Amino acid sequence: MAAESTAGAGTADGLSFPPRAISGRRAALGDRVYTVLVLASVWLVLLLAAGLVAALIWESWEAIRTFGFHFLVTSQWDPVAGEFGALPFIYGTLVSSLLALLIAVPLSLGAAIFLAELAPSWIRPPISFLIEMLAAVPSVVYGLWGIFVLVPWLRDWVQPGLGRMLGFLPLFQGPPYGIGMLAAGMILSIMVVPYITSVSREILLAVPGSQREAALGLGATRWEATRMAVLRYGRSGLIGAILLGLGRALGETMAVTMVIGNRPEIAASLFAPGYTMASVLANEFTEATSDLYVSALVEIGLLLLVVTVVVNGLARLLVWSVGGPARGGRE
Amino acid sequence: MTKRSFLAVMLLVVPLASLPGPADAQLLMNGAGATFPYPIYSKWFEEYIKVDPEVRFNYQSIGSGGGIRQITERTVDFGASDGPMTDEQLKKAPAELFHIPTVLGAVVATYNLPGNPQLSFSGDVLADVFLGRITKWNDARIKALNPSASLPDQPIVVVHRSDGSGTTYIWVDYLCKISPEWEQKVGRGTSVKWPVGLGGKGNEGVAGQVKNAPGSLGYVELAYAITNKLPAAKIRNQAGKFIEPTIESTTAAAAKSMPADFRVSLTDSPGPEAYPVASFTWLLVYKDQPNETKGQSLVKFLWWAIHDGQKHPAALLYAPLPAPVVKDIEAKIKQITFSGKPLLAAQ
Repeated sequence: MAAESTAGAGTADGLSFPPRAISGRRAALGDRVYTVLVLASVWLVLLLAAGLVAALIWESWEAIRTFGFHFLVTSQWDPVAGEFGALPFIYGTLVSSLLALLIAVPLSLGAAIFLAELAPSWIRPPISFLIEMLAAVPSVVYGLWGIFVLVPWLRDWVQPGLGRMLGFLPLFQGPPYGIGMLAAGMILSIMVVPYITSVSREILLAVPGSQREAALGLGATRWEATRMAVLRYGRSGLIGAILLGLGRALGETMAVTMVIGNRPEIAASLFAPGYTMASVLANEFTEATSDLYVSALVEIGLLLLVVTVVVNGLARLLVWSVGGPARGGRE
Repeated sequence: MTKRSFLAVMLLVVPLASLPGPADAQLLMNGAGATFPYPIYSKWFEEYIKVDPEVRFNYQSIGSGGGIRQITERTVDFGASDGPMTDEQLKKAPAELFHIPTVLGAVVATYNLPGNPQLSFSGDVLADVFLGRITKWNDARIKALNPSASLPDQPIVVVHRSDGSGTTYIWVDYLCKISPEWEQKVGRGTSVKWPVGLGGKGNEGVAGQVKNAPGSLGYVELAYAITNKLPAAKIRNQAGKFIEPTIESTTAAAAKSMPADFRVSLTDSPGPEAYPVASFTWLLVYKDQPNETKGQSLVKFLWWAIHDGQKHPAALLYAPLPAPVVKDIEAKIKQITFSGKPLLAAQ
C-alpha cells in the first residue's frame, strides 16, 4: 500500500508500454503465459489474505460470541477469571506508534532532505548506508539496548527532568520507572527512522530538477525551494514513506515488549507502563490453556489486523485528499 | 522445463531421496510442552541414546499450554507441563492421562537494594507487597523480619513475568495458599491480573529489570538465580523456619504424601526443611498407549528417567525427585498399558 504510493510519486504520469514490437505466435503464447502467471500471483496473494482473515475469525469465534462488542471497550484482562477486554492493548498500540512517528518523522525528513538536497555527493552513500544499517539490527537487540541503556537513561535523567519542568501536564506525571510508554515510543522511533528516511530520500531524489530550478529562478531561498517545490511535489510519496514506518511501528513486538512494562492499563502519563496488541500475543499465547483465553488472544490478532487496515485506509484517504504530483499538487 | 534440466534435477534429487535418513530404522518419539524443563529433557534425550540407541526424541518446548493441547489432540506421544492439568482439561482428553513427575523446580524472590543484604520474607509479607499493600522497603513488617538489614526509605518496584509461565504459576500458587485475599482477588494461573508492578519477558526480562532498577523486587526460577548469582531471599516455610532456596531444600518440598495422580501442588510444603515455593514438572502420557512399540519405548524411558536419569538434574540446577516419590511413580508407570496389557510388567 505504502510502496505503491511512493512509486506513484516518482514516476509521475504518462508511463505506458511501447507498442508491440515482437509479433508472431511465439510472442503471443509468451504473453498469455505471462498474463496467467501474473494473474495467478495476484489471486494467490488475495486468497492468502482472505484465508488469514477467515482463520482468525474462525479461531476467535468463541471470544467474539462471549464478549461481543464489549471486548473492544472494556479494560479487564484477567485470564484467571476468564474476563477479557482489548481496550488497553489497542490504546497502547496506537499511542506507542503515534509517539514513535512524532519523534521519527521530523528526524527522518530532516535527514532525507539533507541527503537529497544539501549533502555533498561524496558523503551521501556512507550516511545513507549507516541509516539503512539501523533497519538491519534485529529487534531483540533494540530491546536489550532499550533495557540496559535507554531505560536507565530515561529513569535517571530524562523523566525526572521532564517531571520537574512539565510535571503540571498529566503526560509527564508519576514515578519515573524508565520502563513504560515513553521508552516504547522512543525505541520504536529509532526503529522506523531508517524506513522513513530511505524511502523519503528516494522520493526527494525523484523530484525533477526543473522544480528546484524554477523555484530558485523565481528568487526563492534554498529552504523555500525545498518546502514549496520539492516537499510539496513529493508529499503523497512522503506520506507513503511515513505510512511504511507506521506499519512497522504498529506490528513491532519484541523490542516493545521488552521496554513497555506490559501492564494492561490506560494511563494518561507517558511514564506509566502500557501494553500493545502484538506484545500480549507474544507474551501469553504459548501458555494460554483455556479455549476462551486462546480465542481472546486470536481476537486480539484479528483486531491488530483491523487496526492496521483502518489506519492505512485513513492514511490513504489523506494521500488522496492532498492529491498526487500528476495534478501539480492542486486539488 | 526442458528435458535436460528435468534430468538434471532428477539426478540431484534421487540420490538424496534414496540416502538413508538419520531417523531410518529408528523410533522417533515426539513430545511437546513446557519450556522450563527443556534443558534437563534435552540432556536426558541425549544420554538415553547410550541406553537405547534405537530411540530418538523430538521435543518441542512450545509451552505448557501447547503441550496440553497437543497431547489432548494426540498429535504427540507425550506432553509436558509445569502446571497440573485441570479436571476440565482432563475431561476433554480422549482417554485417561497420567501425570508423571520428572524433576522439581523452585522460584525465588530476587531484589536490588544497596549492598544487596540477605533478606528474609514471610509469605504474607510477599503477598502484601505483590498486592500493593506494602509499598516501601522500610515498612515495619519487612523491618521486623530483617532487623539487621539497612532498608532504605524507597518505594518497592514490583517486577513480574509478562509472558505466561509455569514460574508465575508456582509463585502465585504459593501466594494463594498464604493469602486468602490474593486467592480471591487474583487467583492462580500462568498469567494473572497483577495488582501492581511491571512486567518483564522471561526470567532474563525480570532479572534485567531488577538488576537495573534500584528498589525492585521480582521472582525468577531458582536455576536462573543461581547461574546469574542474583540475591535470593529466604522464605519462611509452614514449619516457621526461614529457608534458603537450594536444590536440597527444593527436593525437600516433595517430602509429603502424594495423591495417586500426582496432580499436587508442593508450595507451602509442611516439611521442616522444605523451601515453600517449589513444584514438580510433569510429563503427560496416556494410560493406554495407542502404539505397542512406542508405548514400550516410552515406559522404558520413563523408568530410566526417574532412576538413572535422576543423577543429571542437579548439574543443571533442577532438584531431583526424593526416593519415596520415585517408589510411587514406579507403581504408576507399571499401570501404563497397551490395549489393556501392562507394558512394563517384567521390571
